[in-house]
Amino acid sequence: MTEATYNFAYLDEQTKRMIRRAILKAIAIPGYQVPFASREMPMPYGWGTGGVQVTASILGPDDTLKVIDQGSDDTTNAISIRKFFAKTAGVATTTSTPDASVIQTRHRIPETPLHEGQVLVYQVPIPEPLRYLEPRETETRRMHALAEYGLMHVKLYEDIAKFGHIATAYAYPVKVAGRYVMDPSPTPKFDNPKMDNCPALQLFGAGREKRIYAIPPYTQVVSLDFEDHPFTRYRQDGCCALCGADDSYLDEIVTDNAGTRMFVCSDTDYCEGRRAEGHTGSETTPMESAHA
Amino acid sequence: MLDRVSSAALDTFVASDQPLLIADGLSKRYGRIDACRGVSFELFPGEVLAIVGESGSGKSTLLQMLSGQMTPSAGRVSYRMRDGVLRDLAELGEAERRLLLRTDWGFVHQDPAQGLRMAVSAGANVGERLMAIGWNHYGKIRSVASDWLERVEIDTGRIDDAPRTYSGGMRQRLQIARNLVTDPRLVFMDEPTGGLDVSVQARLLDLVRSLVAELGLAAIVVTHDLAVARLLSHRILVMKSGRVIETGLTDQVLDDPREPYTQLLVSSILPA
Ligand SMILES: Nc1ncnc2c1ncn2[C@@H]1O[C@H](COP(=O)(O)OP(=O)(O)OP(=O)(O)O)[C@@H](O)[C@H]1O
Ligand SMILES: [Mg+2]
Ligand SMILES: [Zn+2]
Repeated sequence: MTEATYNFAYLDEQTKRMIRRAILKAIAIPGYQVPFASREMPMPYGWGTGGVQVTASILGPDDTLKVIDQGSDDTTNAISIRKFFAKTAGVATTTSTPDASVIQTRHRIPETPLHEGQVLVYQVPIPEPLRYLEPRETETRRMHALAEYGLMHVKLYEDIAKFGHIATAYAYPVKVAGRYVMDPSPTPKFDNPKMDNCPALQLFGAGREKRIYAIPPYTQVVSLDFEDHPFTRYRQDGCCALCGADDSYLDEIVTDNAGTRMFVCSDTDYCEGRRAEGHTGSETTPMESAHA
Repeated sequence: MLDRVSSAALDTFVASDQPLLIADGLSKRYGRIDACRGVSFELFPGEVLAIVGESGSGKSTLLQMLSGQMTPSAGRVSYRMRDGVLRDLAELGEAERRLLLRTDWGFVHQDPAQGLRMAVSAGANVGERLMAIGWNHYGKIRSVASDWLERVEIDTGRIDDAPRTYSGGMRQRLQIARNLVTDPRLVFMDEPTGGLDVSVQARLLDLVRSLVAELGLAAIVVTHDLAVARLLSHRILVMKSGRVIETGLTDQVLDDPREPYTQLLVSSILPA
């Protein structure tokens, strides 16, 4: 069997047209969840089939694709999706954020600012931000239609009442273009400000829930909060042990059986780029970092 | 004689001279069942109206139509908005109707699970309406919620507990606080004391009665318990098979019922 058994980027042209129509509608109504007829993909839902379908529908032969999972280009999930498109679409792939024209992501927005012409495709497990307090789909749709968003603040109120501050750290709700409240997928709230006024197009695909939504380039994205409990970004207080970055989102990793821990950039491409430029951290010397 | 009436009292008199809500020929059919037939009445500001009648007589159906949550098969409901303009509910947009329901109106359900968010703290339950109309200061929302818990006699130490940890009577009192926080002018109640112990009922009725008087609320209370009607309402409307068969001042109707059906209701329930 060779590549001839697949249509370009796996999905048939009719399905891609249907998904593109949903994407166009989503771009026209920023933050609004557009239903679409999600297809079975040759991978489990947990692997981001919504994102994969969006990517498949927008890829062209000249695109360069980057896939990240929790910031990393090297997890099984990221590698599989990258290989999938290399095989079914024959597109070039990269790990470099600036070099990619399409970036599919799970749980992170790259540290390197995105530029015009790029598309960031998010894999979304639960697209409905109101679901947590209102399980009825008919009711959440009506709330969106009428812009009745008091419930979002009920959730933030509960956070403060329980923990003394807004404890929501992931999937932190935002209001898009002053109208629709949107779930940014389980990205850390550290990434929320990157969505605001972003030069790149941001597309969100939820496979199991059959929804697509979008933030067009240069759109206002505001994180919800209270006057007396304003939104704050959060990152572990420290520097990356490999590149010394003090402004990137950090993952804590255990390095040996004794439970020794260190903080490293969650965005592996960003970290490698900095090391290539000669930056070092507590665990690296300039020599090592050059070929890390 | 007029010049002895203070101008404030005169204002109140003039204001309450105009009905707050008008029901005009309300009917509802479910297939072949006439759940409600040609119900008309006027409700004035500060007035409490009880709707009584046996099970299946159409009380809840009527209340649903009055509160704009069900479209009548025929007839209409008009409501005087805060700006003084009388509006036909059917002509309000959905957004406007929903806003009315969570600001100028309250709705107290028999089943607190329908009127409360059972998994959310009492404070957030009370604060929700404020947040829905744009309040954006946690401290202020919490302090208003706390005041309201006090007014409905709930220990403010329970403000962060979810109502599923509350007793039945506390849940009903929380429902009332949640509704009154936006200073509504009209509150609908469907069997507010149903399912509660007698002593708990008495305490709740006492609270409702004093709040209604204190705030000058108008209320429409559906109940099959004539004792509740007598305690809370100024006027009563007796329903049978979807029709209003008798109406008048509560004491008059209950002490001297004209219709044989009302006589039956009164004699079978009041002595209890
Ligand atoms: N959704 C419905 N579909 C069909 N029939 C209905 C529906 N709701 C109510 N009915 C019927 O309409 C009539 C009036 O019902 P309604 O619930 O208004 O009575 P009620 O006076 O509130 O009774 P109860 O005291 O038992 O609550 C009854 O015959 C009932 O069976
Ligand atoms: Mg009923
Ligand atoms: Zn780093």
